[in-house]
Amino acid sequence: MGKTVAEKIFDTHRVGAPLDDVHIIRLDAVFCHEITTPIAINDLIARGKDRVFDASKIKVVIDHVSPAKDSKTALQGKILRSWARRHNIQDFFDIGRNGICHALFPEKGFVRPGYTIIMGDSHTCTHGAFGAFAAGVGTTDLEVGILKGVCAFHYPHSIKIQITGQLPAGVYAKDVILSVIGRIGVDGATHKVIEFSGPVVEAMSMESRMTLCNMAVEAGATCGICYPDMTTVRYLWKHIQHEYSSPDQALAAFSVYLPDKDAVYDAILEHDVSGLEPQATFGFKPDQVKSAKELLGTPVDQVYIGSCTNGRLEDLRIAAGILKGRKISESIRGVVSPATSSIFRQAIEEGIIQTFMDAGFCVTNPTCGACLGMSNGVMAEGEVCASTTNRNFNGRMGKGAMVHLMSPATAAYTAIAGYITPSFHKP
Amino acid sequence: MKNFNGQVLFLDRSDINTDEIIPARYLTENSRDALRPYLLEDISLEGFNFKTDITGKSVIVTRANFGCGSSREHAPWALEVNGIHLVIAESFARIFRQNMFNCGLMAIELSREVLNGIFKDYAGTPTHVTAQIEDRKLIFQNQEKTDIVPFSIAHFDVELVRAGGWVNYADAHY
Repeated sequence: MGKTVAEKIFDTHRVGAPLDDVHIIRLDAVFCHEITTPIAINDLIARGKDRVFDASKIKVVIDHVSPAKDSKTALQGKILRSWARRHNIQDFFDIGRNGICHALFPEKGFVRPGYTIIMGDSHTCTHGAFGAFAAGVGTTDLEVGILKGVCAFHYPHSIKIQITGQLPAGVYAKDVILSVIGRIGVDGATHKVIEFSGPVVEAMSMESRMTLCNMAVEAGATCGICYPDMTTVRYLWKHIQHEYSSPDQALAAFSVYLPDKDAVYDAILEHDVSGLEPQATFGFKPDQVKSAKELLGTPVDQVYIGSCTNGRLEDLRIAAGILKGRKISESIRGVVSPATSSIFRQAIEEGIIQTFMDAGFCVTNPTCGACLGMSNGVMAEGEVCASTTNRNFNGRMGKGAMVHLMSPATAAYTAIAGYITPSFHKP
Repeated sequence: MKNFNGQVLFLDRSDINTDEIIPARYLTENSRDALRPYLLEDISLEGFNFKTDITGKSVIVTRANFGCGSSREHAPWALEVNGIHLVIAESFARIFRQNMFNCGLMAIELSREVLNGIFKDYAGTPTHVTAQIEDRKLIFQNQEKTDIVPFSIAHFDVELVRAGGWVNYADAHY
């Protein structure tokens, strides 16, 4: 019987025999940030086990509240920083060199097809865009990962979602994933891996694939996975060129993690995006999704462009292309946060930052910040944010505030108009 | 092994997310105890008051997809420091469920049909639950009636509960 991507990855990483339905897998990488790791570190110290299984496989960043906003967040950074130094963890990214984990670590080449990765962060599923099994976990799983290099998972049942048709102009990966979540619901893929396949995914850049996989967890999925192809190889090439004689050889090596033709799925869905319109959420759940034109005219106080979902260069280019030569509404606070330092630098070189500033945006440094209501753009009670982030939960960006999720293009049009305005086919 | 018996807090809504259980603004705390006053502070549930309704409760009974959203283990910690060691629901988000067992706490799933009956018969009344883990039985009890409800749980999850969590278990095995 054929195997899915996740089944193939589990087969090469399983430690011992499965315990009923539970598989212990060996980890290729453990990613850490300053919100969920310090308590694991403190617990390891308290247990007299302040060790790491392999310092070269642990990648660390301070990203959630950067720079620190108060004494408590400064302490979280301090605990993480001194731990990384103590254990000689080379890949530690502090302010000035940092970025949002799910944008930074792929950029650094830390993700490969077939890898197993955990992080104390639910959006770790983003890294499945490279054909890896990457799952968000809690602090205890993280702690054991740091100490032992293993993690326990239930059998990885998979769903295949084939994205077919022709993506209309002005409609992007964010609109696709919002429409998928709207269709299958916030628990439509709980305990399951989603394989995103089909011609629309094959045509997507790695940035778009990361946007797609990033929100897999909003449907409850353990991981979202795209198949490694030449787009994957090209993205990684500068990091892997010493390991393979040619991109073709790399692709051949990665192809062992493609699913078998007769792989067995819990469900196979076809999702035709030919007629898809720009999407936006309403309400407090990511599956409360409508065509953005149904929300046309909804007043907005702040537009936020950034996050691990949509803070990459491709996203900033799209938004800047719309904002070029235009001003955002007087009633709007525009905030843009490039997801990593190198994206920020590149955006400056391309004139994108100039465009945002000319339009009236506030440009902030890379950080998760406003997305989870921590810093750099927290909303007041009763306010509304049009946001390129991934969660519209009650209070997510500030107690009593409302969040509408959308693409960078729709966010840019919304900033100009002052109310929700979809990016139409021919603006 | 922790205590899994006590008075029930009914939360009659699906998709209660971890931001509602413990908002992100409290994730800057470096101790579990500091989370105690903020459990369920942001929940949208009519008639629920997080300041008064949690006191004295040891078990939560709720609907589908409890604990969806963020991976924050602060959610089970906020339950634990408030003396809540058992959550009974129709289903759980994966990470939250794993976090519960990793902490030596219990997340038990019952069918929608059974939960409908429990909500109908017990919600709104002072209800006590006794969890008999070895027998895989929950005993619901109020002044009016008593029900014995069977449940299933994976052997591995029971092992985690017996070990007091995943760190202890992993340390003994790997």
